[in-house]
Amino acid sequence: MTAGNAHRSIYLDNAATTPCDPRVVEAMLPYFTEKFGNPGSRNHRYGWEAEEGVDTARGQVAALLGADEKEIIFTSGATESNNIAIKGAAYMYEKAPAGSGKSRGHIISSIIEHKAVLDPCKRLQKEGFDVTFLEPPKDGIFTAEMVKAALRPDTILVSLMWANNEIGTINEIPRIGALCHEHDVIFHTDATQWAGKMPVDVERDNIDLLSMSGHKIYGPKGIGALYVRRRKPRVRLQALVDGGGQERGFRPGTLNVTGIVGLGKAAEIAKAEMDRDGTRLLALRRKLEDSVTSRLDHCAINGHREKRLPHITNISFGFVEGESLMMACKDIAVSSGSACTSASLEPSYVLKGLGVGDDLAHSSLRLSLGRFTREADVDYAAEQIVQAVKKLRELSPLYDMHNEGIDLSKVEWGHH
Amino acid sequence: MAYGPKIIDHYEHPRNVGTFGTQADIKARKDVGVGLVGAPECGDVMQLQIKVNPGTGVIEDAKFKCFGCGSAIASSSLATEWLKGKSLDEGLAIKNTQIVEELSLPPVKIHCSVLAEDAIRAAIADYKTKNGIPADTTAAAH
Repeated sequence: MTAGNAHRSIYLDNAATTPCDPRVVEAMLPYFTEKFGNPGSRNHRYGWEAEEGVDTARGQVAALLGADEKEIIFTSGATESNNIAIKGAAYMYEKAPAGSGKSRGHIISSIIEHKAVLDPCKRLQKEGFDVTFLEPPKDGIFTAEMVKAALRPDTILVSLMWANNEIGTINEIPRIGALCHEHDVIFHTDATQWAGKMPVDVERDNIDLLSMSGHKIYGPKGIGALYVRRRKPRVRLQALVDGGGQERGFRPGTLNVTGIVGLGKAAEIAKAEMDRDGTRLLALRRKLEDSVTSRLDHCAINGHREKRLPHITNISFGFVEGESLMMACKDIAVSSGSACTSASLEPSYVLKGLGVGDDLAHSSLRLSLGRFTREADVDYAAEQIVQAVKKLRELSPLYDMHNEGIDLSKVEWGHH
Repeated sequence: MAYGPKIIDHYEHPRNVGTFGTQADIKARKDVGVGLVGAPECGDVMQLQIKVNPGTGVIEDAKFKCFGCGSAIASSSLATEWLKGKSLDEGLAIKNTQIVEELSLPPVKIHCSVLAEDAIRAAIADYKTKNGIPADTTAAAH
């Protein structure tokens, strides 16, 4: 039962979070009540049962990534994984001691990373590390050449996301990883939007550290994993939290057994159904994009046209504003790059980073499909978006001015 | 953002949407004052037009168009309702705080009401300039 008579809108915000797959919930349930032991308890059945659940899950996650079980660290989510990877590697491999006045080492990341990468990098910057934040080209895709141009003899770490959370663009991760290995630089990728949706093989793809999250792949919230390479090279990290030595000391604390079991099951399902889901969602996404862009003028798909995740699209609609657009599309749940929908009142830094004008950044919608999205949902969403944009353009002074041949960039606007 | 019923009502049924002609037409019309405030990169642009009876000095009609969030649309819609039938001085007496109160605007949306007040002032100032009426000293331009 839902509370009150709350209207359930069509959910097209799967890049924000996904519902738990019922098979995941089923796998988790025994670990709340019957198999509730602490996997650290080595002397009784309760502990052994819980440990068995954790071991199975570790194997499932490792299989998803092409990794060894010993290389998987369970965390509370991708934010924590990113923090452990980035700060842990920086502190371990620093070139000069803190407070020596010399650069403690160089890190390469980008301006369109998730905040959970940007903010750890900014903290390291304050603590005496040099950080280069690469700026993306208009299509949003970072190549190995771009990274190579930024490499320095004192570079410790490169951290670039596999696929962008707002526009879905895919970076050249395997080639960037190969470049890092040639130069003895640790390579971390935030694969929150990629892992479980697209194939990963940490050997083939030359990855040293990889962050992923449970709730983006139909698992529970509050659980994630960090892959830490153990050989060629063996990556060492300085732990950020001290405690009982769990997770090889990288992440001490009693294990979140239910969450871990859920993540493991989600990873297993993702591996088995990835191809089918990906093919289906790509077709649905294309249908959605074609349906909207063929019926409206002045709309643009943000980011590279092809090198994108199958399930994410980000579309800017000229002359309308994102928040009012979301209000008009009240039967679909989506995200917007509009300032008005963010606490900071700033439009999306990712779209700005791509060079999308502020006006178009304000009028963008991110639509992200998922395992439970049906074709009828996409058709309904397209119809609602088209009607909403038309309605708001009727209201828009900018659309009138544009149609009267006035160049909006030449108008002297007032500023607040 | 969860909005109150009055904002939703104005958003879903905006009053007095439209213009009294193209930008060029309006420029030539002495009985119409236009206020165009905000900027596309800030995410809000309001255009408010008032049609004034030259004999009585009463605002006979008002129309708006708005590029902006739900609060901006509601604020400008409400402004047109309030302006109709008012004298220019009465129009200038409308304060953004009254709009905030009427619509129960959330604190982060107060700038929308400020923009609506600016639009009112700009439209009235435009009418006065076109008709050679000295600007009210109390209505300082922003």
